[in-house]
Amino acid sequence: MFRFCILMSFKFQLQGAELVACSTGALWWPEARLLTVADLHLGRAERLARRGGTLLPPYDTMETLARLEAAVLEFDPRTVVCLGDSFDDLAAAHRLEDGIRARLSSLLLGRRWVWVEGNHDPGDPQLGGTHMAELARGPLTFRHITHRTGGRGEVSGHFHPKMSLTTRAGRITRPCFLRDRERLILPAFGAYTGGLDARDPALTRRLGLGAEAILTGPTPVRVPLGPTQQTA
Amino acid sequence: MTLPPQFQDWFAARGWAPHRHQLDLLARAEARATLLIAPTGGGKTLAGFLPTLVDLAERPRTGMHTLYVSPLKALAADIRRNLTTPVAELNLDIRVEDRTGDTPSSARARQRADPPQILLTTPESLALLLSYEDAPRIFAGLRRVVVDEIHALAESKRGDQLILGLSRLETLCPSLSRVGLSATVDDPAALAEYLAPATGACDIVEADPGPAPNIRLLETEDPPPWAGAGGRYAARAILDEIRKAATTLVFINTRATAELFFQELWAHNDEGLPIALHHGSLSREARARVEGAMVAGELKAIVCTGSLDLGIDWGDVDLVIQVGAPKNVKRLVQRIGRAGHRYDTPSRALLVPANRFEVVECRAALDAVHAGDLDRTMSDAGPLDVLCQHILLTACAGPIDARALFDEVRGAGPYRALTRAAFDRCLDFCATGGYALRAYDRYQRLREGDDGRWSLRDPRAARGIRMNLGTIIATETLSVRFRGRGGKPIGEVEEPFAATLVPGDTFLIGGQTVRYEGLREMTIEVSKQPSKQPKIAVFGGMKMATTLELSRRVVETLADPAKWRTLPAHTADWLRLQAEISELPEPGGLLTEAFWRGGRAYLAVYSFAGRNANQTLGLLLTRRMERERLDPVGFVATDYAVLIWSLKRVDDPRPLLSPEGMRDGLETWLSENAVMKRTFRASAIIAGLIERNLPGKRKTGKQATFSSDILYDTLRKYDPGHLMLEITRAEAARGLVDFDRIEEMLARTERNRHVIASHVTPFAAPLMLEMGRVPIQGLATETALEEEAQRMMAEAGLG
Repeated sequence: MFRFCILMSFKFQLQGAELVACSTGALWWPEARLLTVADLHLGRAERLARRGGTLLPPYDTMETLARLEAAVLEFDPRTVVCLGDSFDDLAAAHRLEDGIRARLSSLLLGRRWVWVEGNHDPGDPQLGGTHMAELARGPLTFRHITHRTGGRGEVSGHFHPKMSLTTRAGRITRPCFLRDRERLILPAFGAYTGGLDARDPALTRRLGLGAEAILTGPTPVRVPLGPTQQTA
Repeated sequence: MTLPPQFQDWFAARGWAPHRHQLDLLARAEARATLLIAPTGGGKTLAGFLPTLVDLAERPRTGMHTLYVSPLKALAADIRRNLTTPVAELNLDIRVEDRTGDTPSSARARQRADPPQILLTTPESLALLLSYEDAPRIFAGLRRVVVDEIHALAESKRGDQLILGLSRLETLCPSLSRVGLSATVDDPAALAEYLAPATGACDIVEADPGPAPNIRLLETEDPPPWAGAGGRYAARAILDEIRKAATTLVFINTRATAELFFQELWAHNDEGLPIALHHGSLSREARARVEGAMVAGELKAIVCTGSLDLGIDWGDVDLVIQVGAPKNVKRLVQRIGRAGHRYDTPSRALLVPANRFEVVECRAALDAVHAGDLDRTMSDAGPLDVLCQHILLTACAGPIDARALFDEVRGAGPYRALTRAAFDRCLDFCATGGYALRAYDRYQRLREGDDGRWSLRDPRAARGIRMNLGTIIATETLSVRFRGRGGKPIGEVEEPFAATLVPGDTFLIGGQTVRYEGLREMTIEVSKQPSKQPKIAVFGGMKMATTLELSRRVVETLADPAKWRTLPAHTADWLRLQAEISELPEPGGLLTEAFWRGGRAYLAVYSFAGRNANQTLGLLLTRRMERERLDPVGFVATDYAVLIWSLKRVDDPRPLLSPEGMRDGLETWLSENAVMKRTFRASAIIAGLIERNLPGKRKTGKQATFSSDILYDTLRKYDPGHLMLEITRAEAARGLVDFDRIEEMLARTERNRHVIASHVTPFAAPLMLEMGRVPIQGLATETALEEEAQRMMAEAGLG
């Protein structure tokens, strides 16, 4: 409903790089003209059906692609980095419908496109662009899963972090960016993606001092992840 | 069939004479379908089983003879115990067994291989049995089906699933007889049609209703408070009544108020009368203990919610007290029936209004009971999500012939008017997902074979479909235990409530105040907290709305001063004052009031449309007020009215209430509403689009599952005509958001009378004291989120 990326965004620094966290969950690095999105999970409904699960509405891929097109149109990036799990599996990448494939190709046109490898898509999706295990650029390193140590300047995805807050207007849950002084974890950009609570130990133990969440949505909102938090 | 001598002797030996309706049912043993309507304690169950016992006594045989279905597992077990006595005393060679979700798997396997003559079960267990490939063998030779408490089942999707199951059984066993056992209902003919295997194919046997109940309002020294729902003011008076009676059931409408009232009762219980608490959020162990103590005659009273509406007959209950307005006359009658379970003694009952408006409602309900005017609660057409589940489960048992299954489904009362087109859409949904984008040709769930029959593409899918069986979609709950090793379980709370807890918060559960310590592996750990004052108002949950029929009676009472003579003086005075200062509501009209108080303007709309509809009305009206720049700040909704406060006074409410504008707003509001998303989720689970979260299977700390809201939004955007959205809208109209009541109210806006009062009016004053105020949504959500974040940043020394 509300997707005012430029209007409502949050600016901050990571290892000297000036970054913008967008309300859509994308990350924009103006200086490098670089756009990053994490965990697209294209072809998710198709893969679940293929594996004999339920038949979910098969519109997730076109919805995620539409979001991606909007972000690319907005920023006209020189480089786009997809932080892994871009496809729900490699077979899903190979089975994309022709229409979707064509739209993806025209997105790739005229810019550098990097498919960082994720646990769901370990290999080249063979859709153009470059397939890489990780990408270093200036002070930043782009990879799928955060490293336990040596994560200085690291930008990653994988966990689909989200956070719930209890407010005067009731309980509100939103996907969120997580950051501490050294690293940044992106929310999932894909349409059919759940989330892991930002306060889950799997996440908090990977974050250091001064950790905070930036909730996506109409107005990005910062929330500290310190010990003063409620734990529910 | 007539009563054989050995049965006559048995009745005589016990000093009984068979009731007329018991003999009637015996005479109709061969009939295709019979509905028996009898009050509680009227020997309904024996009436249902007598033809079975007589038949098996005269023609002993093996294999399943009679299937008994009840809505409660506990009831199945209780009936087994009750049947054991006559079977033993009549020296009959009959196996009686129950089969529910609690039955051990070894026993279930044996029942499948060698069915007992009488099997007692629930709608869900029956659906599961029918989904097995060997269902025809299990039910071979079945003669009779007895459906207990069919009036309760018919109000929910469980009933729809059961009736579909009966249609299936009828195909397997063409000489089947069905019997429905029901408490008093508003429309016996409609219920008979629901049970009937074909139009008009079910006769009704009505038992002698017994003496009229002795029922009155409890008059207390202090009048009831102006607002509130707890009835705590009456605790002392109620304790006096409990003392005088042998055994009392105290019904309260919600779990939260039951907890608070129970605490208040014990605060006055100086002599320590044994009084227990029973409601659906208590642990199964705790409930079983209370039920056991009741059966053993150790209790003087039980404070309970709808958890004891159905179930085991406790013959010793001689008084039923209803605290708070009953909201529903039929339910009140059935609750009253829980007292004086002996057929010939009148039920004794007391109504205890919790506030002034409820005094009028209780009086109106009492009149309705005496007039035998019960409310309609049965749904009309069978829901399609249940049909989708039925199609999938039937496919688990073997290939489906679409034409034959369609005919079979139309044999079920609730689906009698189903069109072939609607059936085909459901079948297509089960097979391909039913999407406009035909994306799943390769992955169909059901595939049409060369013989035109549909079967599972992957037979292994049957397991998942069976796991998803059932139509009860409970809110996810977390169990509550005392902290420490082997901490005692106390009960359950709903997840949304649990999410609001912060360590140190205190809340009431099981009649005691506990302190929230933390969450550990999906269990809430608490410690004892002797304090009397819980900080948090206990768990939420949907509150039941007053039925249309009862609301109508309330308005009629308010509008007619001649009817006030039967009201307590304090309430009649209050109504007189309202007539003086403002006006009284009238049937078919809509009274509104506007006035200033403390720098705020108030608008009161006396719609009498019920709590849920009024909640919707409040949201719609404030949205329109925002557009008219009337600066609404918040509102509160009760069963009777909506009260809105704003910065500017509404001098002419007609533009706000115009039906056209209201309908537009309703359409938009409905589609984005959280209630719709919840409705969608429930229907999507029932129809098999998404899997339910089973206990133990719940994915904690994993990001694999995602919210069904995402699917709802996606479908609305890309496939707005999809079957699931249609089902969701139909469900909303069925009552979740009380759509029809809003429509009914909109029709009344033409006769709107608007009073501009110089100060707060007698009717509006209680509304101002009501809890549960709603701040205006929309931009307020973002504001509240920012506020909360800023507060936390400040608390953390940041920001």
